[in-house]
Amino acid sequence: MDQMKPPAAGANSARGLTAKQRERCAAWLFVLPDALGLLVFVGVPMLLSLVVGFFEVNGFGGYRFVGFGNYRRMWGDPLFWSSVKVTVAYAVMLVPALYVAGLGLALLVQKTNRFNAVMRSMFFAPQMVSLVVVALVWQLMLVEKVGIVSRLAPLVGLGGISLLGDPNLALFTLVLVSVWFLMGFYMLIFLGGLQDIPAEYYEAAKIDGAGPVTSFWYITLPLLKPTSFFVLLVSLVAAVAGGQVFDLIYVMTKGGPVNSTSVLIIYIYKQAFQFGAFGYASAMASLLVLALMLVTVFFFVLTRGGRFEHD
Amino acid sequence: MLATAALGLMTVFPLVWMLVISLKPASDVFTPSLIPERPTLGNFLYVLTEVPFLRYLFNSFFVSATVTVAALFFHSMAGYSLARLRFPGRDILFLAMFSTFLVSLPVIIVPLFILTRTLHMLDSYAGLIIPAIFNAFGIFLLRQYYLSLPRELEEAAIMDGAGYWRIYWSIILPLSRPILSALAILFFLANWNAFLWPLTITSDLDLWVVQVAIANFKSQYAAAWNYVMAASTIVAVPMLVLFVIFQRQIMESIKTNGLK
Repeated sequence: MDQMKPPAAGANSARGLTAKQRERCAAWLFVLPDALGLLVFVGVPMLLSLVVGFFEVNGFGGYRFVGFGNYRRMWGDPLFWSSVKVTVAYAVMLVPALYVAGLGLALLVQKTNRFNAVMRSMFFAPQMVSLVVVALVWQLMLVEKVGIVSRLAPLVGLGGISLLGDPNLALFTLVLVSVWFLMGFYMLIFLGGLQDIPAEYYEAAKIDGAGPVTSFWYITLPLLKPTSFFVLLVSLVAAVAGGQVFDLIYVMTKGGPVNSTSVLIIYIYKQAFQFGAFGYASAMASLLVLALMLVTVFFFVLTRGGRFEHD
Repeated sequence: MLATAALGLMTVFPLVWMLVISLKPASDVFTPSLIPERPTLGNFLYVLTEVPFLRYLFNSFFVSATVTVAALFFHSMAGYSLARLRFPGRDILFLAMFSTFLVSLPVIIVPLFILTRTLHMLDSYAGLIIPAIFNAFGIFLLRQYYLSLPRELEEAAIMDGAGYWRIYWSIILPLSRPILSALAILFFLANWNAFLWPLTITSDLDLWVVQVAIANFKSQYAAAWNYVMAASTIVAVPMLVLFVIFQRQIMESIKTNGLK
């Protein structure tokens, strides 16, 4: 394998490049389109959000440096703090609910057979539909008094309430719809994790007289640790900054009623594209960029480079 | 098993309901019957003829297909380089690319909008397509895949004096057909369903994609749920059909890669 390669070497020297240089050139050319694209359309915007946050931008595209002005404004803006609160509340409800729903469904359809295959597809089906369609369908079903869900609600003792119109309930309703939409995805992730647990562990536990609850507690859960970590991290990021969450809330409630579902990414969007406050919006977004970077570093360190391996 | 089946049916109920309403006349939208008493295709006819819906469908298809092809091409090139070629700075470059993988669109939407405006790409197909191509997930997955291929594959080709482009084109690409087809479905799906970016950069009605169109449709025809559901059905059905055909590949690729 280590011998010289006469034909290739001859071709190289004709172009005045060694094999090594040729490989480097090729490597850079192959990676260039994506590296440039990511730099321009992700890297630069990340940096820009930090920079633009220090400016006031007027409607004609004029920039005026205001130092920490936008950050001070944030500090004194009750709507900013309320959107932070709503974001935290949404994430605190969504992340555990998704974990339980995803893992529960995975355990339910874990065995490979035809029935379970159909069920998996049914649980996953909502993922195929856009969040715009999801939001519209649920809006229709939740129309007060006459929507199908509103008609069925009294049967389970929930009559006379407005699931989307009541500021105390709207966020909770959005969590339910989010779980309905996202659970199939997390079910698959958990199925992947469950598949990696060797069946002998369960057999051995059975011989030792362990019941299903015991083996779930002492085998399944501990061995699912990498999967659980991944699910919690990804669902947390999705809850706080996810595009799907944005689409759902934007179409379903636009942040209302009375800002009760106005999460941070919705408030940022409104400040920018409704009120034209690009500087202020960027300052708020910069906090999310920094938070995401921290999470990425944390993720990277803990997984030793993005790999998930059992210890 | 009965409980599982009940849960499954509850899960798909909203999608079934969408279809049911799309077949009902306006007056029956809020009757609770699962089978339309007076089924009609009028809603579909209205949406397809009275609204430039075919134009929106074309825009969505064109943008999604172009993004998918370009993304697969660029990501497989980058993945090949990062996995199989040696060059200084490779690991740092990969880390830098990978570090963008948690950054989502709502977080960078404002500066990305400013950037796109500066590049004069607002209200253009280029603006819809180009920024949507680049994402770290695809690169990451393809790199992983290429790392698993045996080295001997290209060594023989190098001995024969083949260039790197020929190795990529006639050895690596054909070998990655399974993962590329799985990614093609996922990319197309994600772009067909995308809403936020097209909403933000298109005001020209001729450039609207279907998702933006139906979201606006709702506010325009406030109470005309029969039309809104017919439009939603038209938008959702192609993806659901895609799912029925490719469900094994779609679910398997998510399950084993853990990423979407």
